[in-house]
Amino acid sequence: MLYDVAIIGGGIIGCAIARELSRYAVRVVLVDKECEVGFGTSKSNSGIIHAGHHSPAETLKGRLVVEGNRAFPKLAEELGFGFERVGEIVVARDPGELPALERLKTLGESKGVPGLELWDRDRLLREEPNLSPRLAGGLYAPTAGVINPYECCFNLIRNARMNGVELLVESPIVGIDRRDGFLSLKTPRQLLHARYVINAAGVGAAKVAAMLGLHDFTIQLRKGEEYMLDKRMKGVVRHIIFPVPSAKSKGTLVIPTFDGTIMVGPTAEDVDDYDISTSDAGAKAVFDFVRTLVPSLHARDTIAEFAGLRAVSNTNDFIIGPTAVPGFINVAGIQSPGLTAAPAIGRYVCDILRDEGLSLVERDDFEPRVEPIPRFSALSMDDKRARIAADPASAHIVCRCEEVTESEVVAAIDQGARTLDGLKFRVRAGMGRCQGGFCTWRCMQLLSERLGLPIEAITKRGGDSWLVIPRLEDEPTEEAPR
Amino acid sequence: MITRTPRSRYDVVVVGAGPAGLAAALGAREAGAEHVLMVDREPEPGGILQQCIHTGFGLHTFEDELTGPEFAERFIDRLTERGADLLLDSFILDGAPREGAVQVIGRDVGAARVEYGSLVLAMGCRERTRGALRIPGARPAGVYTAGLAQKMVNMMGVLPGRRVVILGSGDIGLIMARRLVLEGVEVLGVYEILPYSSGLNRNIAQCLNDFDIPLHLSTTVTRVGGRDRVEWVEVCPVDEALQPVAGARRERIPCDTLLLSVGLIPENELSQRIGARLDLVTRGPVVDSTLMTSVDGVFACGNVLHVHDLVDWVAEEAMRAGRFAAEHALGRPRPRDSVRLVPGQNVRYTVPHTISPDRDQVVMFRVAKPIERATVVAVAVGEEREQPVVSKKIRYAFPAEMMRLELSQADLDRVDAETLRIDVVERPKKKKRKEGGS
Repeated sequence: MLYDVAIIGGGIIGCAIARELSRYAVRVVLVDKECEVGFGTSKSNSGIIHAGHHSPAETLKGRLVVEGNRAFPKLAEELGFGFERVGEIVVARDPGELPALERLKTLGESKGVPGLELWDRDRLLREEPNLSPRLAGGLYAPTAGVINPYECCFNLIRNARMNGVELLVESPIVGIDRRDGFLSLKTPRQLLHARYVINAAGVGAAKVAAMLGLHDFTIQLRKGEEYMLDKRMKGVVRHIIFPVPSAKSKGTLVIPTFDGTIMVGPTAEDVDDYDISTSDAGAKAVFDFVRTLVPSLHARDTIAEFAGLRAVSNTNDFIIGPTAVPGFINVAGIQSPGLTAAPAIGRYVCDILRDEGLSLVERDDFEPRVEPIPRFSALSMDDKRARIAADPASAHIVCRCEEVTESEVVAAIDQGARTLDGLKFRVRAGMGRCQGGFCTWRCMQLLSERLGLPIEAITKRGGDSWLVIPRLEDEPTEEAPR
Repeated sequence: MITRTPRSRYDVVVVGAGPAGLAAALGAREAGAEHVLMVDREPEPGGILQQCIHTGFGLHTFEDELTGPEFAERFIDRLTERGADLLLDSFILDGAPREGAVQVIGRDVGAARVEYGSLVLAMGCRERTRGALRIPGARPAGVYTAGLAQKMVNMMGVLPGRRVVILGSGDIGLIMARRLVLEGVEVLGVYEILPYSSGLNRNIAQCLNDFDIPLHLSTTVTRVGGRDRVEWVEVCPVDEALQPVAGARRERIPCDTLLLSVGLIPENELSQRIGARLDLVTRGPVVDSTLMTSVDGVFACGNVLHVHDLVDWVAEEAMRAGRFAAEHALGRPRPRDSVRLVPGQNVRYTVPHTISPDRDQVVMFRVAKPIERATVVAVAVGEEREQPVVSKKIRYAFPAEMMRLELSQADLDRVDAETLRIDVVERPKKKKRKEGGS
């Protein structure tokens, strides 16, 4: 079988491209090495939809970020994921940084970022009373927002699959061959043929390109550590708080997440190998810094911490376009503001495919919407009663901390969750205060029942992330120890 | 006892049917409450006792050494005789204390509003997690709280891993160390950040020493490694400030599982939602001498009130809470608390927070550090002077052990002050006889 397009990588970029392509009458497959989409860089993303005034207008990312921001309200509405334009404030920590705010404002306005306002210290502290009184002023951007990045991935791919895109998970690409008029992708279990291949392999993009002898760019892994704080810190800031950006990153931020928690981070540390560990030094750097912005933040309020890897290209810009190998298109080096730009990247890649000779004819049966899993905890008491009357499994709470019902967990499994993390990221089961202490077992049981797998086959996030083993005397003797 | 169709009103509604909930329901029935309802999330009563298949329960209550399920069974049997309603697979979403009602949802009831004369909070506690400890490193599978591992092994018949390191010497961790060894799992050691164990001495002896499992005090896990599953943990000795000793060797221990037994936190989300004031130390509600919270008609007992060491004390406290809840529901006269109870020297907290001189009182508290040859003193703190009212000598006082002080009405008659302070002081050491001649 010959696909029109194979997408390598099911992060936010691969998923956005898949969903965009699903509008057209083409055969598309998305191939990902992880157990579920969004399990690489995307799941650790800060979840910020940038207003767009941080990136220079002459760069590709500077152009796509503004278009991406404009696309989010409709995308969120169609795909039913949470999106809120909470707004952002870039704060000047001393008067010396005030000119930088003015430069950012001028840059933003030249790119069409709406509503930018310079706030003096009084206005800043009136809007955000918990900010440090030492700050000198701020630049407010009302169109910045927050989403759950993994929820966005899941719903993009869900919608793409509804519209005919195929998804292959746990399928790392181990080789690519040029054939006559098409390319062949090898995974440990499959051989796939496609006329066009999109390299959206994130931190692995340079390695994938090298499989075809392409060495036009390099990818530097840049680790970012994030710290999630207890819900009692909710409301400490209402806007995303940025420092004045440096050359290397947008800095360490205070983020009111879509779910109402406060997240602080990320760090920016270049690493040589795959490394998503957090560190004492990282925590110290994050909290020492954010306390200069919001003095009441404290490391002791952390309920979870994690790290992710940015894919930073040697051009420091997105690398999107055809290559010397006909049909092989790179979409690489997508670091910040990649999440914001994703919908625009999806469209841009479709344009490139057209230029490269793929005929994209809109399907008349494209369904742009997916039904979100209704979140029980967000309903009013009357609506909860009505839901329980309609669906008795809604009366059974699986995760008590986040008030997640069995009905939501089952819906998440039916929509593609294969792992504990897949459930956690879809319906928040195990994400609250007890961090899964009480619901882990029930979630494992439901996964086992719905997927028809033995309980030992259930994993945290695929691969070798096993959770339990049978009792030792029950084990078949011929099986090698794990 | 199990009901599918609860009444619309009960004298006493108990949230939870673990050891505290069962005992509170029994206490309420014995004190004359006619209609008592327990609501529990699980498909069977008993709470965490059901997974505690080891013995050691009931020594004080029944003068018998029982397993957890046997201990629960005794209460269930007595309650079945007495008659009480039990709603399982159900969850209290919210309460409206001003209306004296709770909102229950559950498989059998759907959504129902139940009115009460008194409400008893008996939700128990949860375990502290890695996130709260802030252990840096990777986030692989295989980091579990000890209680979750206990459920896996004892309820589900599977094992959490093959080579296990345990952080924290809480009782569940100690019990699990032995349990896993009995299942053929390699338990490499128990690491405790404090210079003394947080578990009971009898558990150190019976669960670690008897099985040659090393206990490393003043040592903690400083990092977790492994991409998909735990591959190693890094341990390091700590100083008096509980910080890793500068320059100390950090040892990497290859293992596939890290169990955490690092403390329990009362589950007071519902309590807070209905407006009960919490004590910052116990993280449980502030209660008066009848174990009533700051919300009228709402009582608390067991681990939701403060973390206990023995289930016997949970049951004893909960029986009292049930009795007080029944008295309130039936409109009987209530004691008037006129004395504030405060923790003093070497005492972390006291429960309750106020007492009444009208009747005998039980005070529960914990010490802040281990003390050998201690004296517990209840001191009446007047405006002008302090007057010791009761004192009791004890051989050892350990933070792991909950302490009780019974104050009789006669003792309390002597309190001529608005504040009673509980101190635990070291007795001066006896002079050693000189050894040898000259």
